[in-house]
Amino acid sequence: MQIAIASGKGGTGKTTVATNLAEYYNRQGQTVSFLDCDVEEPNAHFFLTPEWSDELKETVPVPDIDTEACLGEECRKCISLCRFKALIWMVDSVLAFSELCHGCGLCELACPAGAILESYRELGTSVCGTRENIIFHRGLLRIGEAMAPPLIKKVKARSLKESPSPDVRILDCPPGATCPVVESLEGSDFAVLVTEPTPFGLNDLKIAVNLLRKLEIPFGVVVNRAGMGDKQVEQYLQKESITLLGSLPHSLAAASAYSQGQLLVDVFPEYREEIASIAKAIEEGINAARGGAA
Amino acid sequence: MKQLVVISGKGGTGKTSITAALAGFGPKKVLADCDVDAADLHLILHPKKIESVDFYSGQLAAIDPEQCTQCGICADSCRFDAISHDFEIIKEHCEGCGVCEFVCPQKAASMHERKCGYQYVSETRFGTMVHAELGVGEENSGKLVTSVRRRAKDIAEQQSAKLVIVDGSPGVGCPVIASLADVDACLLVAEPTVSAVHDVKRVHQLTTHFKIPCVAIINKCGVNPELEKELKNYCEASEVPVLGSLNYDTAFTQAQIHGQTVAEYAPTGIGEDIAIIWERLAEYLDLN
Repeated sequence: MQIAIASGKGGTGKTTVATNLAEYYNRQGQTVSFLDCDVEEPNAHFFLTPEWSDELKETVPVPDIDTEACLGEECRKCISLCRFKALIWMVDSVLAFSELCHGCGLCELACPAGAILESYRELGTSVCGTRENIIFHRGLLRIGEAMAPPLIKKVKARSLKESPSPDVRILDCPPGATCPVVESLEGSDFAVLVTEPTPFGLNDLKIAVNLLRKLEIPFGVVVNRAGMGDKQVEQYLQKESITLLGSLPHSLAAASAYSQGQLLVDVFPEYREEIASIAKAIEEGINAARGGAA
Repeated sequence: MKQLVVISGKGGTGKTSITAALAGFGPKKVLADCDVDAADLHLILHPKKIESVDFYSGQLAAIDPEQCTQCGICADSCRFDAISHDFEIIKEHCEGCGVCEFVCPQKAASMHERKCGYQYVSETRFGTMVHAELGVGEENSGKLVTSVRRRAKDIAEQQSAKLVIVDGSPGVGCPVIASLADVDACLLVAEPTVSAVHDVKRVHQLTTHFKIPCVAIINKCGVNPELEKELKNYCEASEVPVLGSLNYDTAFTQAQIHGQTVAEYAPTGIGEDIAIIWERLAEYLDLN
């Protein structure tokens, strides 16, 4: 089963839920593939402290112009077709702005002279690590690189290859509700939306709910820092008949443990029970969805 | 006129609460909510919309089933897996590159303008606000950020406003890079947790890469004094002035619930600290 942990708002506790669930399954003796899809700001490794193995450079193809073979200013087919303005005519040759390139390959297909070769731009890195039964993968976006989704795709592919059939696959998604999140959610059986009981938490939860309904991925909600705010999230969940998978109570002790990179299941027995109960609720949610009653 | 963007790397450190609170000090300004994925500033500023425009960005492919012979050339050529087995475009995957249109021997694939969401101009108690709403699952948030910022800058020039405050996104990718273009300074909102320290350092690497000066606020103090010290040391070593520290305080949540800024909700508590931070910021940006 593939479970994605997401939220519209940042900082609601996605990584807390994802890493504690991973460690819960680990202790149950299950094999876990853990994937930190937040390639812009990955944090899960602070909590799961994997032993790292090999790091790979991940790239996206970009054009490399053979100016000798290029037909010159009269042609400019590549320039007129590129929707991303990544190619321009500069003085006497085609110039490629690699950073703007989406790597679609259209220029290469279109060039009548075969003057466009493939080079690459570095997106960032992917790295693999282990912690007992957990195989951990994460990506790290190169500083200055704008496009996270292609790196997420690469890291997901690497994780699938190197950990093909775990008992549980957990994906810690980036915040938001646009392309990096859509890329991360792809292929998941179930999503856990983590929110907090505040107006910001509720507003961004609604955005995430709309996204998951559109993608037709079954989901439930975990309320983190329960008790810190108001009752509006609970009322919303009831009104929308959304499953509340569980709540993690607001506590300064938990915030302090989090700040140091500690797992709640390591430190607090009461959180251990709550995580176990969330895991059970997720399983029920997946079974219900399989039975056609999402 | 100066432009300041509020960013943090990690989400949930208090960008929006601090942006809203700072907006309440000093002369009228223009506000831009550039966290277009998960915009929350409106929940505090209660904007009254005076302008709403459709936002179009990039293109989206369409395949005409009447013309399509299901030859599969488009699907083989598409590098984004945006063509389904039934030869329909998967909207969430389509980058709008036009490869399918180019390779289709039947001319069944065509490209169309893509509506991504709405952009608004509104009035608030602290000045004009430009904000946006992306369609569900839409991409191009970077381009929407650029569009929101351009509108905010134009309005600030028309109004002779001295400052545009931009509420930025988490992360270091496309929307954040778009929010940094030609700003005068970044306000980094950090918190003393291992995750947030790591993330603010990465976003600071990004601002350094683009040569943008930074100032910092350390929020949620008291949770981890050691990391607070580490943040201060890092800022000092990186020549990032720390404008102030804010204690971990339930007033942030209560202010949200009351639809107020934290300075309005707690004028004699956190509000006083924010007033001092505002003075330092105004001095730093030479607004007086």
